[in-house]
Amino acid sequence: MTYLNIFFSETYKIVFLLLPVLVSVALIVWLDRRVWAFVQKRRGPNVVGPFGLLQTVADALKYLFKEIIIPSSSNKVIFILAPIVTLTLSLIAWAVIPFSEDIVLSDINVGILYLFAISSLSVYGIIMGGWASNSKYPFLGAIRSAAQMVSYEVSIGIIIVNVLLCVGSLNLNKIVLAQENIWFIFPLFPMFVVFFISILAETNRPPFDLPEAESELVAGYQTEYSGMMYAMFWLGEYANILLLCALGAILFMGGWLSPFDIYPFSEVPGVFWMILKILILFILVSLVKATVPRYRFDQLMKLGWKIFLPFSLFWVVLTASFLFFLDILPVTGQ
Amino acid sequence: MKISRILKTIFMTDFVSGILIAIKEIFKTKKTINYPFEKGSISPRFRGEHALRRYPNGEERCIACKLCEAVCPAQAITIESEIRDDGSRKTTRYDIDMLKCIYCGLCEESCPVDAIVQGPNFEFSKETREELYYNKKKLLENGDQWETALAEKIRADSPFK
Repeated sequence: MTYLNIFFSETYKIVFLLLPVLVSVALIVWLDRRVWAFVQKRRGPNVVGPFGLLQTVADALKYLFKEIIIPSSSNKVIFILAPIVTLTLSLIAWAVIPFSEDIVLSDINVGILYLFAISSLSVYGIIMGGWASNSKYPFLGAIRSAAQMVSYEVSIGIIIVNVLLCVGSLNLNKIVLAQENIWFIFPLFPMFVVFFISILAETNRPPFDLPEAESELVAGYQTEYSGMMYAMFWLGEYANILLLCALGAILFMGGWLSPFDIYPFSEVPGVFWMILKILILFILVSLVKATVPRYRFDQLMKLGWKIFLPFSLFWVVLTASFLFFLDILPVTGQ
Repeated sequence: MKISRILKTIFMTDFVSGILIAIKEIFKTKKTINYPFEKGSISPRFRGEHALRRYPNGEERCIACKLCEAVCPAQAITIESEIRDDGSRKTTRYDIDMLKCIYCGLCEESCPVDAIVQGPNFEFSKETREELYYNKKKLLENGDQWETALAEKIRADSPFK
């Protein structure tokens, strides 16, 4: 009976985390299209619901009623598993994201490692989808995305080391609390820039959308997918972008901390600030999509391995020596 | 590489200025229109859906001279005619295959009595081919429905004919 109780209370919590996440993914897709349209002086989706807010719901319904086509030469099990893996991985990562000091599903001490592990796994969904389709373009897209995501994961990892050096803990809440005096975006600004660009590469966003470059690869690893399976890839992709924006907000922009520690602002709940910071980062991501042309693949690899990796390594040494010689290394007593 | 070029790359000045331009563009007026709710303006010479017009007393304008049938480059028009009891020649059949039609406007130009005209309506898509084989009844109905717009269009364009 107690097991059942625990099971239900946990399920209840998970549902109350996932529903807002999925709803916000739907809204973020709308926001993305809208920002993109506005930069191009178009109107964007504005018919379904107020300001077109329900456009994504309409799209999802359309996908639900579409036929799912499974290519006859595909590996059916993996083909069906791929979108499920992508969506699941991008949703379970939300378990450790703190929306305020106590609104977090599981406040584990290795939160950042957990996040990093999950985002490393998310490349599998894409590789599985591309390989199981047994078709040229998806396969090329999957190879590209594997190479791209692996190389940018390395520099993201080293950037995270930079932040961890200043914090002395892997707990996401502690990372946020360590920024009470100054957000890490100020002392580690170059790292923030590299992190932001790595977010774009990690989530296959333009200008690094080579895995699904429509002018070269039709739709990359999604080419053979249709109906709800396609929509699951799509949801997973946007949930991933949102997740990495949340990670950026936590690591560099003080998470749920209020930007000003004076009366009217310090009374606003942390959830508001967290959502605001995620939104600011996301709008920046959409603006980049609307402005920057696509990179060539060798340029992408060069940027990842020859520029970002040495640069962030150098910055790790710099941060570490700065902290060491000024004797301000954080105390690591757990 | 020049030093200025390297500095530009490191500080990503091009990228930042691009983003700033994008932000500026967001607040400018939109160039597109909410299509089904508002429509762009149409020239009086616009060649849209065909219509057969009538005289104010309700008599058909068409005198079955078959000039439009002859001039039609797509051969989309079929006309049959007879002499009516009052001695005037009128059409018994006036079909336009809207799928063959290339909307060149030659039928309208050749017509000596402004009977066949191409109106401003461009939203007449249908779901079957049969619905787009227009007969005389349909064309006359179009004429009755769009008469004010058609008369206005002919009046506006007459100085240039």
